[in-house]
Amino acid sequence: MTSIEHLLRELAPQVLGVLTRRHGDFAAAEDAVQEALIAAAEQWVTNGIPANPSGWLYHVATRRYTDHLRSEFARQQREQDTAVVWAENAFVPPPDVDVTPDRDDTLTLMFMCCHPALTTASAAALTLRAVGGLTTNEIASAYLVPSATMGQRISRAKQAIKQAGATFAMPAPGERTRALESVMQVLYLLFSEGHTASSGDALVRTDLSAEAIRLARLLRDVAPDHPEVTGLLALMLLTEARREARTGAQGELIPLDEQDRTRWNRASIDEGTALVEQAFAKGTAGAYTIQAAIAALHDEAPNTVNTDWPQILALYSVLEGISGNPMVSLNRAIAVAMVHGPASALSVLDTLAQDVRLTDHHRLHAVRAHFHDMAGDHEQAARHYRLAAERTASLPEQHYLIGKAQRANAMRNDALISPPE
Amino acid sequence: MRYMLMMHAPRGTGDWAVMSWAPEDLKAHIGHMKQLAGKLQASGELVTAEGLAMPTEARVVRAGGAGEPIVTDGPYAEAKEFLAGFWIVDVESTERAYAIGAEASAAPGKGGVPMNMAIEVRQVMSAPPIDG
Repeated sequence: MTSIEHLLRELAPQVLGVLTRRHGDFAAAEDAVQEALIAAAEQWVTNGIPANPSGWLYHVATRRYTDHLRSEFARQQREQDTAVVWAENAFVPPPDVDVTPDRDDTLTLMFMCCHPALTTASAAALTLRAVGGLTTNEIASAYLVPSATMGQRISRAKQAIKQAGATFAMPAPGERTRALESVMQVLYLLFSEGHTASSGDALVRTDLSAEAIRLARLLRDVAPDHPEVTGLLALMLLTEARREARTGAQGELIPLDEQDRTRWNRASIDEGTALVEQAFAKGTAGAYTIQAAIAALHDEAPNTVNTDWPQILALYSVLEGISGNPMVSLNRAIAVAMVHGPASALSVLDTLAQDVRLTDHHRLHAVRAHFHDMAGDHEQAARHYRLAAERTASLPEQHYLIGKAQRANAMRNDALISPPE
Repeated sequence: MRYMLMMHAPRGTGDWAVMSWAPEDLKAHIGHMKQLAGKLQASGELVTAEGLAMPTEARVVRAGGAGEPIVTDGPYAEAKEFLAGFWIVDVESTERAYAIGAEASAAPGKGGVPMNMAIEVRQVMSAPPIDG
């Protein structure tokens, strides 16, 4: 990212917050700021960064906003000339005006972009643009869809917010926790997208995980009293720390137990671990904080065997109680296998398999295969690795599972031909 | 989630029997497909969509001994249907991909009767999720 892009992304939500608060129409203000960002990206490269960059953006965005009003007035056939002169005189601030960033504005923007009327995926795209200050092109390239498609997705999201009657105001105190949960869910989805995006040139693509971490830091700045936000940031950092080690030179998947731990990012682990401690110190830990604590235990362990599995099992048991996500139960089963052995873990899986969300899920088959491998039943392991490989929608994971199936099969054959000791 | 929707059109006498349709039937058919593409564009779900040339124009390529392309006119698997076009969509759910498939399938054919073509729906593979 260039220093101009960095600056624009930082200023975008501040300028949008001021503009929306002043004029009320979030959808139009958001379009205006987007146009100002594009203009700035072009002009600042040639002319240099202006002395007052946020004042410049606010000035240009307000101009674009009045352009929008002009066409609205024209459409409604009002006394447009008078109206436009009035609008420009009343609205457009000089380019050297001081734009005072307001913490609550940024938080209100986040709440608006993650409005419950939106799906998490469309809220994520809108958040990237309105709060993250990314252009439609950058977001489209991150999601590998055409720019026009992404533009539509974002404008539909804004229409949905408008139709839901949302206004630019802080939600009532009773609703803030729920609103904050929506924002955290959207940011975590963004973070996961960054890890799972299918293909494309990583050098030119927007890094969604880095953007999610940046936005989580921003959320923590504007909502400092919520330990779960700290937990979320910690979880992202502790997961991101292992990212480099997760894939090999050919993009192949390297699971946690086979990763080269010297490739893990120490600075991210240290920061994340300190944040987990802060979050825990503030009282009852929520789902993100618990997941972060689990990630911290993995990150601090020298290898899989010398990992604090009893502690991980305890944390997953707490998490299972509050999340209701069947994937948490599957992860807990892995901890059961490490603490109590594969036989106990297999019986846990038999119970979990009755949940229709898991019955034929590739991850259930993969975990079952792993337990059979641990128990020395390589024939069953090979069978379940194959079932998992057929069902996954991830190509590197499929290659990995096929490799595991082949190895399990080879071990089975070895066992068949070698004479008894 | 990304899905590829592949439209398998019926082979009539010769290739697609579209030549025997009344001009207004063809126009209605094309209109249906254009409208579908427009709707997917507007809903923010369209990644790409293409119609394919007739199978008589198709060729099979295999590498020869030195890696050179050897192009032949067939052989093709005997089939009642052929791949006529495809969409790649980015949608929220499998059910949505099926709904789009049904809409494509219902394109009007000869006499304006819905063709109910087979639309093969396949998920496009992605990278693995984050490990726990």
